Amino acid sequence: MSLFFSQFLNGLQTGSVYALVALGYSMVYGIILLLNFAHGDIIMVGAYAAFYSMTAFHLHPLLSVVLAVAASTLLGVVIEKVAYTPLRQAPRLSLLITAIGVSFLLENGAQLLFGSETKSMSPIVTGNVSLGSMSISKVALLTIAVTVAAMAILTFLVQRTKLGKAMRAVSEDMGAAQLMGISLNKTISFTFAVGSALAGIGSVLYLCAYTQASPTMGSMLGLKAFVAAVLGGIGSIPGAMIGGFAIGLLEALCSAVNLSVWKDGVVFAILILVLLVKPTGIMGRSQAEKV
Amino acid sequence: MSRTPRPKTKLVPQPTTNYLPERDADKRPILETRHLGIDFGGLSAVSDFNVAVGPTEIAGLIGPNGAGKTTIFNLLTNVYKPTRGTILLDGIDTAGKSTTEVNRMGIARTFQNIRLFRQLSVLDNVLIALNNETRYSALSAILRLPEYWRRERIARDRAMELLSIFDMQPLADQPAGSLPYGAQRRLEIVRALATNPSLLLLDEPAAGMNPSETSELMDNIVKIRDTFQIAIMLIEHDMNLVMGICEVIGVLNFGRIIAKGTSDDIQSNPLVIEAYLGKKKEG
Amino acid sequence: MKQTNTSIRIPMPVRYLINAALIVLLWFILSSLMRSGAITNYWTGIIIMIGINIILAVSLNVATGYLGQLPLGHAGFMAVGAYAGGIFMRAVPVQEFLRAGNAGASVPYILIALLISALTAGIFGLIIGIPALRLRGDYLAIITLGFGEIIRVVLTNIDSVLGFDFTFGSAGLKRIPKYSSFTLVFICVVLTCFIIHTVMKSRHGRAILSIRENEIASESVGVNTTYYKTFAFVLSAMLAGVAGCLYAGYIGSLYPSTFKFMKSIEILVMVVLGGMGSMLGSVLSATVLTVLPELLRSVADYRMVAYSLALVIMMIFRPKGLMGSYDFSLSHLLEKGLCAVRLLFGRKSSEKKGESRE
Repeated sequence: MSLFFSQFLNGLQTGSVYALVALGYSMVYGIILLLNFAHGDIIMVGAYAAFYSMTAFHLHPLLSVVLAVAASTLLGVVIEKVAYTPLRQAPRLSLLITAIGVSFLLENGAQLLFGSETKSMSPIVTGNVSLGSMSISKVALLTIAVTVAAMAILTFLVQRTKLGKAMRAVSEDMGAAQLMGISLNKTISFTFAVGSALAGIGSVLYLCAYTQASPTMGSMLGLKAFVAAVLGGIGSIPGAMIGGFAIGLLEALCSAVNLSVWKDGVVFAILILVLLVKPTGIMGRSQAEKV
Repeated sequence: MSRTPRPKTKLVPQPTTNYLPERDADKRPILETRHLGIDFGGLSAVSDFNVAVGPTEIAGLIGPNGAGKTTIFNLLTNVYKPTRGTILLDGIDTAGKSTTEVNRMGIARTFQNIRLFRQLSVLDNVLIALNNETRYSALSAILRLPEYWRRERIARDRAMELLSIFDMQPLADQPAGSLPYGAQRRLEIVRALATNPSLLLLDEPAAGMNPSETSELMDNIVKIRDTFQIAIMLIEHDMNLVMGICEVIGVLNFGRIIAKGTSDDIQSNPLVIEAYLGKKKEG
Repeated sequence: MKQTNTSIRIPMPVRYLINAALIVLLWFILSSLMRSGAITNYWTGIIIMIGINIILAVSLNVATGYLGQLPLGHAGFMAVGAYAGGIFMRAVPVQEFLRAGNAGASVPYILIALLISALTAGIFGLIIGIPALRLRGDYLAIITLGFGEIIRVVLTNIDSVLGFDFTFGSAGLKRIPKYSSFTLVFICVVLTCFIIHTVMKSRHGRAILSIRENEIASESVGVNTTYYKTFAFVLSAMLAGVAGCLYAGYIGSLYPSTFKFMKSIEILVMVVLGGMGSMLGSVLSATVLTVLPELLRSVADYRMVAYSLALVIMMIFRPKGLMGSYDFSLSHLLEKGLCAVRLLFGRKSSEKKGESRE
């Protein structure tokens, strides 16, 4: 029972990181229909930012967190402005290849700057909280708490603020939104900023959990988060959250039944099954093509 | 995507409510719909749509914007699955058939917002429509067997012949997307004809054409009917065209047929005038 | 045959003969340069990799450029083909033939291996294609991506399920006979391009293109879109299987990690960079992208950065790829040349042919 519970908690913890990253994928896809492959690597950059500000500059962890989030946000917006904006009218595949190119560039640039080896650091948050007979790691609790808080803020931002409304309008109908006087450039940049900031938070949480950073850490993490976004229904914010937690729990379940070597396969198999039954994902809306 | 298929019905001879022109009077209709209807999210877009079109008849469907005219074409070609009712093509129910199968059964169409294979040549556009007639296997294509050359030549000649309806042979090698608007509409008609239909659906064939092009098109539509001996059903806003060539006209408003008959009947029908011009204010 | 004043058409059999002669000539030049040592073994290896990458790129181009779908699991089909071919070739006595210098005796086995690879990959293509192709757009991309990853996980872990050594997991399938000679790869490249070319220039190819152009219109003129989507997808998978088989016979040992998601992306980059739907583009960019990293070895640290930067800049300034959808045809070039010649001597030749000039 306690094993089950600890695996469940593990699942929620990994799922939190997936969910935070998945949100970025989902929001960007919802607004410009781009699978932003560079998104996974933004986590990597955020993780390095936090890593160096703590180890090399000995900054307070909280300040490092702020720096990491700021670095991710800035990077996300810069990528959008430099690489994606010129291609807004181009075929979608070209945009996709650009995203892949940016992803390559970030990974290889990081390799050049920081070296290809994995950098480890001492854990930031240590210790356990005992709850009855079970002890729960503080990191797990912190991760889940931060994620839930971030999601609450995001929901408020999207539902209540003017920019959030603009975002929803643009994802509904770009042309009509423009006619209503919504600035496309501003809204898209805002979306990238929010998505990247969430990835920044995710990167710090990742660092707390695994205490290491490497240039390629973003690719598999990004891929999983992307799967989470699709599973939940790409373009849907609650979907990305549900998808992230679902993938995290699924992986934990695989580990619990001693199938951890198969977990990547299981994740993708579930994804395929869900898509075959409900092609738009769990929370996605279907769109009929006008004939 | 699982929908319960509509029950298939056999053709039971019923007196048709439709006016058939003289020469079609003793024939059975090529197209017949019974209580056809579709709902979009609880909203009824088309309801109780009943028509019968004779085998060589030119029928017109008019009505204000948003009346459901194009929806009816989408229903007839099974792009949309009807919520209610039956479509009989030459007495055979088309329920559960795919758009592809419906085309093979004999309904071809053009689109209101032109849907050509834009990057492909005019000739290729027609050849694609001849795909089902041009029978040879992938293997004989790869090995370039004599069968391939023969069938390709037949298809090419046929395509050129069809293009000649609108004198479009000189344009054969142009990309379809580069044609002027009117020519694109004409190419869509040629492409539809290439599938050898028994019923041709034209969705606003004269849209964007100037009066002289339109009058040429009118002659051509009649010519097509006379040469191919097929039924034609068209949606059009150009009243000169509709009143000029349609032997029977249906007026659609809010998804329902509000009037049916010859052009004279329609023009004097108070319901039609109301649908187009609004209700006359009393007092 | 209609002939306008300004165009010359070379009759079909002659076209094929010209192309065939040039291909044989290219083979002869390359292989004699290799035999004489002017092309070192190192570069022979690179040329073989170029060939394999060309097959991968042109086969993906069938599904991407011609059919207009976006499969992200091409490396999965390559892996299936590579392992199928590799396992078969380890089981038959080809190693001994090659060691004894008796390459001729191994030819039938190589043909069988290629066939097995193509068929296995094709079957996988069918299994994944039938459900995936029902979905439109990005969902197909995601399903194929998932498939590619599942293949890799299965190749890594299948032995523990089977209970005997089959793929040797992440330790790798080693000691595969190295049967992929330059000539074999060359023939496969030529055949692949020929098959794709002839299929695309037939009713089947036109149907495939019509789906890319406008699927709804395609259905409305009676094209069985499900059939042709599956057809193109399976063809693409089979050829990727062939490339995998050649890869197994060139590299000699296979690891599941070779066929990661990034491998699929690499192939996709070749296709998009070359220009979607342009076979020549795929061939050129596969060549450039295989050679470029080798040439950049002197700046080893920066080469991947330079590569990715080039990719981004290329896309920003030429979003339709190097060649757009332009396809090269030697015969067309020759025809244009002949036209130019005729324009120079215009009056005379056209009078000879008895054509009227208006």
